[in-house]
Amino acid sequence: MQVTIKVNGTEVSREVEPRLLLVHFIRDHLGLTGTHWGCDTSQCGTCVVWLDGKPVKSCTVLTPMADGHEVRTVESLEVDGKLDPVQQGFMQEHGLQCGFCTPGMMMTARWLLDHDDDPDEATIREAISGQLCRCTGYENIVRAIRWAAEHAGEERAEHEPQASSQEVQA
Amino acid sequence: MMRIRLAQPECVIDINDLTDLDYIRVEGGELCIGAMTRHATVLESPVVGEHYAIFHDAERLIADPPVRNRGTVGGSFCQGDPAEDLAAVGSAVRADLVIRSSQGTRTVPAREFHEGPYETVLGDAEMLTEVRVPIRPGATSAYDKVKRKTGDWAAAAAGAYLVIRDGLVADVGIGLTAVGAPHFCAEEAEAYLLGKPPTDDHLAEAGRLAAQAANPRADQRGPVEYKLHLANELTQRVLRRSVERAAGRS
Repeated sequence: MQVTIKVNGTEVSREVEPRLLLVHFIRDHLGLTGTHWGCDTSQCGTCVVWLDGKPVKSCTVLTPMADGHEVRTVESLEVDGKLDPVQQGFMQEHGLQCGFCTPGMMMTARWLLDHDDDPDEATIREAISGQLCRCTGYENIVRAIRWAAEHAGEERAEHEPQASSQEVQA
Repeated sequence: MMRIRLAQPECVIDINDLTDLDYIRVEGGELCIGAMTRHATVLESPVVGEHYAIFHDAERLIADPPVRNRGTVGGSFCQGDPAEDLAAVGSAVRADLVIRSSQGTRTVPAREFHEGPYETVLGDAEMLTEVRVPIRPGATSAYDKVKRKTGDWAAAAAGAYLVIRDGLVADVGIGLTAVGAPHFCAEEAEAYLLGKPPTDDHLAEAGRLAAQAANPRADQRGPVEYKLHLANELTQRVLRRSVERAAGRS
């Protein structure tokens, strides 16, 4: 079936199998491999993306359910070569080790900070409670999100773009 | 359900765009929650909190934030998981479930909605559209759950509401989940409490009677004795919290 989904601001249309999960659509059909595919059962949260402005687990959304809706992935955090404070925070506070949970963690963090610009530790831990870090690096993830909250208004850091562009091709 | 092959439907209809079933309102003395209301919306609703804290207590313990952004109230009832939290809440507060089909509308008490694990009274062409809970002036309520980790199903959970008048229990509902209680409720414990003052001794006896209504199975979440203990203890806790909330309100 044909689906049309706005992904990171760009409308994309693709022919997909109705049973295709959103996470596979994002990774395999759009080539946006920043979003990770983990447990496949809504446990780990590495596949978290925004659907209509809210974090959801994209391994538990069928692609046709996103037809006509808006999806935002981790690739959207960096704008014009400048990092989102959340990305910068994860760098500053060593918020990742293996990096597998990082895209989901950052998308949840961005949503949290959009709704609460000064969350305390308990609020941050509640916000990421549906997401697993297999390196058990939670302390630094919490610090990274706090860093982003504290540096929200500052000039965004420049980022060296990667050789392979990860923009959506409409 | 589809992923773990418990359900293998020939046809799936996406009802997410039925946004007119996404509402919370008070109507005719009842709290009405549309079937497509997301868990996160229930948790954020001041109207729900004002009348039934039990919903907020339970929602805070259901799944995790991204799942609550997507999962719906109707979905929880209709999945019919034997450890479903909202099933216990619905039974505790004696909710009515509104079911529609092209033939018309019928209303089924929450206590008669589930026929067994993953089985409900819903017919093939029927759909749950609304959960209705009578607003009981002066009622206070609470929910508590023991689980292994965030996002896990309950090892056991209990919910209750109380109306205390002149120091005596004038109305009470007790729900249980994950412990095999028929219809997710503890009727003997309710009958015992009616007309009595909510003293520690009476609440303890209600907890014991609630555990008697349970018929849990041993699994990876614990042995039978442990779950019976939880049914008893959690029932007492939610009753006690309801009493405390009543005291805090007056």
